[in-house]
Amino acid sequence: MEKEYALEMKNIEKEYYGNKVLKNVSLSVKPGEIHALVGENGAGKSTLMNVLFGMPVIHATGGFSGEVYIDGEKVDIKSPYEAMKQGIGMVHQEFMLIPNFTVTENIKVNREITKANFISKLSKSKGMETLNTKAMNSDARKALDTLGIGIEEWARVAGLPVGHMQFIEIAREIDKTGIKLLVFDEPTAVLAESEADRLIAAMKQLSASGIAILFITHRLTEVLQAADTVTILRDGELVATRKAEDTSVVELAELMVGRKIEITGKTEVVEQAVSDKEIVLEIKDLKVQMPGEEVKGIDLKVFKGEILGIGGLAGQGKVGIANGIMGLYPGSGEVYLAGERLELNNTKQALKKGLAFVSEDRRGVGLLLDSSIEHNIAVTTMQVKGKFLKRFGFFDQIDVKATREHANKIIKDLDIRCRGPQQLTRQLSGGNQQKVCVARALTLDPEVLFVSEPTRGIDIGAKKLVLDLLVKLNKELGMTIVMTSSELVELRSICDRIAIISDGKVEGILAPGASDREFGLMMAGEYRKLQSKEAV
Amino acid sequence: MGATVKNFIKQLGLPRLIILALFIALCITAVVLKQDFGLISSDVIRRFGMFGVLALAMIPSIQCGTGPNFALPIGVICGLLGALITIEFGLTSPALGRGFISAVLIALPFAVASGLVYGMLLNRIKGSEMLVATYTGFSIVSFMQIGWVTLPFNHPEMVWPIGKGLRVTIALDSSYGGVLNNFMAFYIGGTKIPTGLLLFFFGSCFIVWLFSRSKAGIALRAAGDNPRFAAASGIDVDKNRIIGTVLSTVIGAIGIIVYSQSYGFLSLYLDPLYMAFPAVAAVLIGGASTRKARISHAIIGVFLFQGILTVALPVANQMFPEGNLSEVLRMIVQNGIILYALTKVGGEA
Repeated sequence: MEKEYALEMKNIEKEYYGNKVLKNVSLSVKPGEIHALVGENGAGKSTLMNVLFGMPVIHATGGFSGEVYIDGEKVDIKSPYEAMKQGIGMVHQEFMLIPNFTVTENIKVNREITKANFISKLSKSKGMETLNTKAMNSDARKALDTLGIGIEEWARVAGLPVGHMQFIEIAREIDKTGIKLLVFDEPTAVLAESEADRLIAAMKQLSASGIAILFITHRLTEVLQAADTVTILRDGELVATRKAEDTSVVELAELMVGRKIEITGKTEVVEQAVSDKEIVLEIKDLKVQMPGEEVKGIDLKVFKGEILGIGGLAGQGKVGIANGIMGLYPGSGEVYLAGERLELNNTKQALKKGLAFVSEDRRGVGLLLDSSIEHNIAVTTMQVKGKFLKRFGFFDQIDVKATREHANKIIKDLDIRCRGPQQLTRQLSGGNQQKVCVARALTLDPEVLFVSEPTRGIDIGAKKLVLDLLVKLNKELGMTIVMTSSELVELRSICDRIAIISDGKVEGILAPGASDREFGLMMAGEYRKLQSKEAV
Repeated sequence: MGATVKNFIKQLGLPRLIILALFIALCITAVVLKQDFGLISSDVIRRFGMFGVLALAMIPSIQCGTGPNFALPIGVICGLLGALITIEFGLTSPALGRGFISAVLIALPFAVASGLVYGMLLNRIKGSEMLVATYTGFSIVSFMQIGWVTLPFNHPEMVWPIGKGLRVTIALDSSYGGVLNNFMAFYIGGTKIPTGLLLFFFGSCFIVWLFSRSKAGIALRAAGDNPRFAAASGIDVDKNRIIGTVLSTVIGAIGIIVYSQSYGFLSLYLDPLYMAFPAVAAVLIGGASTRKARISHAIIGVFLFQGILTVALPVANQMFPEGNLSEVLRMIVQNGIILYALTKVGGEA
């Protein structure tokens, strides 16, 4: 067994506050192997890497169980610094570079080569030695050449194209002596296709020199291009490990999504009644500049009385859609509500015309945490529609009685657990806070209700309550709901149709009963490519 | 029983408890030292009303999210301009409150205009309002040093007898000095109750309270409380910040006119600079933070802060006759409280 693997992780388990996020995960990487790690958001990829690097967050939450071996030797890594000493390097997703330093300086930062000079000899301090720029430059050059990239080592990082920055990160890691394992955390997410190809070529070159590579990604074609072995995680469990040559994009997609619970009811075919349904909201070529969730041209129709799900991986733009339509982030394109064109970038108009939005950022956007429940529920409607107010000539005052009555009614209707309408929303549990957000949106009496990530950060019991509430609103009040969620299971359990967003565009629309394979392919953005191939 | 006491203490907050204890201790010391208690209590009440409106000016600015208005000197200067113009043109008939009403009315357009401009400035420097506000205050006061000398005022009561420019202090005996203090004033024991002054202060509080419960006031509070929430509710956050700043400046302008009628003088030149700090300290003592403030904070805070200073002054003077220790004490309490409150910025108090 000795030295067979550069890295072995055995039976890793990790809990966050009683919530198991890694269940008995094992992973082994041989020297010179490119090992891909794939999974949905929240599958446990980052947690596994945090364990490997001994990130403080792991130890602050009670450590983990399981064993880590490097070169066949058992190690106990307590901090990223120790990980570095063990020869593990990480290429970060967001670049950790100093813009005003040159490429060489960035590569060599805190590992500078120095030579003694008069003052350093006098003070006997290494800190006073002169930089050996020549040696440093030649080291940097060597690292860059290994990657096959023609950046000048004396250029400043600021102003270099994004793709190059990625390579500098990598150069920094391989310049460290004794590097055995390099982790790439979604390195291609920010790269253009040609740059991604070059990166993969560089990875192959590195692995040929004996360095083991762990490659985290969700672009499945790249996995097959680059990796020797693929490990798939889902919900903190190891689903499968496959040789790259024995698997296909389709199989990976299927494994990645999986089916966990039985889907209730809703299995009618999507196309069936499309023509005779009334369109309540039509979106044409919507573009939204929301940082990290950019929408790059979406066309979507929402039918009256349906629950439309919007799914997809994080960062692909699904969250941006509702935010853009509501005018919270600058957008362009056309949106028609019941045939009438809606002015974009104007939140007040959107609310007035009959849209309402429950934000994905409950505590940041959804609530006035230091105000009472009744105030939270009434405030938007008051501002937009002038309700809950009493007029005295040119002056108006809040109608305390009407506000209280409405709050009491809706607290009862939605079953918000609280001490009364005057309790501060900060003191409520996540699920009840979410209900207050929904209550606020309902008070507006909307045509279409946008709900983003309604179950994020609330416990499992409350999740079901919130979802049941949405179904109830849909069935009993006939409310049209557009629900955005990262949790596919949720979408499949309550939606009539699910649009999957990939790279800021609609990859496709599926019925909740569609196969795992289709969902997986769409989320990975491979669906259209595959279809066009089949067509040929 | 123990629980209610604990709850009461928690609601009041430790800083207020300490200040309250200090105040009571000072009062007891004053009695022990055989100070004239009637005089001291009259003074406490007078100063409470005198500084009250200035402290109230902090409420809209904190509520709209721009933090304590350290640029209060802007409002103060507008108020002073109102008063100066009133005297210059002799608008001091009894029907105009011997000049009080005319001073307020003249100050208003100045305050609204400068509040607007200053509000726009604040919208460009979100996040460092307090620092910028302090220096805006310094700048405007320095600028007006030139103004007081060069503005074309000619009234003999206001200009230097020889040379050019306005005097440092201008007596208000012949205009609205004491007009509120003496309105329906009466004595309880040796304590003078300045009815008009207190009525005016509580009246101002009531108006601000009414505003805070109107549609506009609720929008303003939402914008200050959580700008992102406000934006998602279709509230124009920047506009509301400007409204809050204008209100604060206007109340500041009225505040200095109330202050000066009680003081009996207008003080120009460097004095407006020092009007912001006691007002900020007062609301913070009253329980406000740099992000949250209620009208009750202004009322409680002014009473405690001015109460301590008023009682401490004769007590300290008697205990330590040498030097102006009371002034030093005032500075320590005032700036200490501001410092304490600023360290709480960002914390979920």
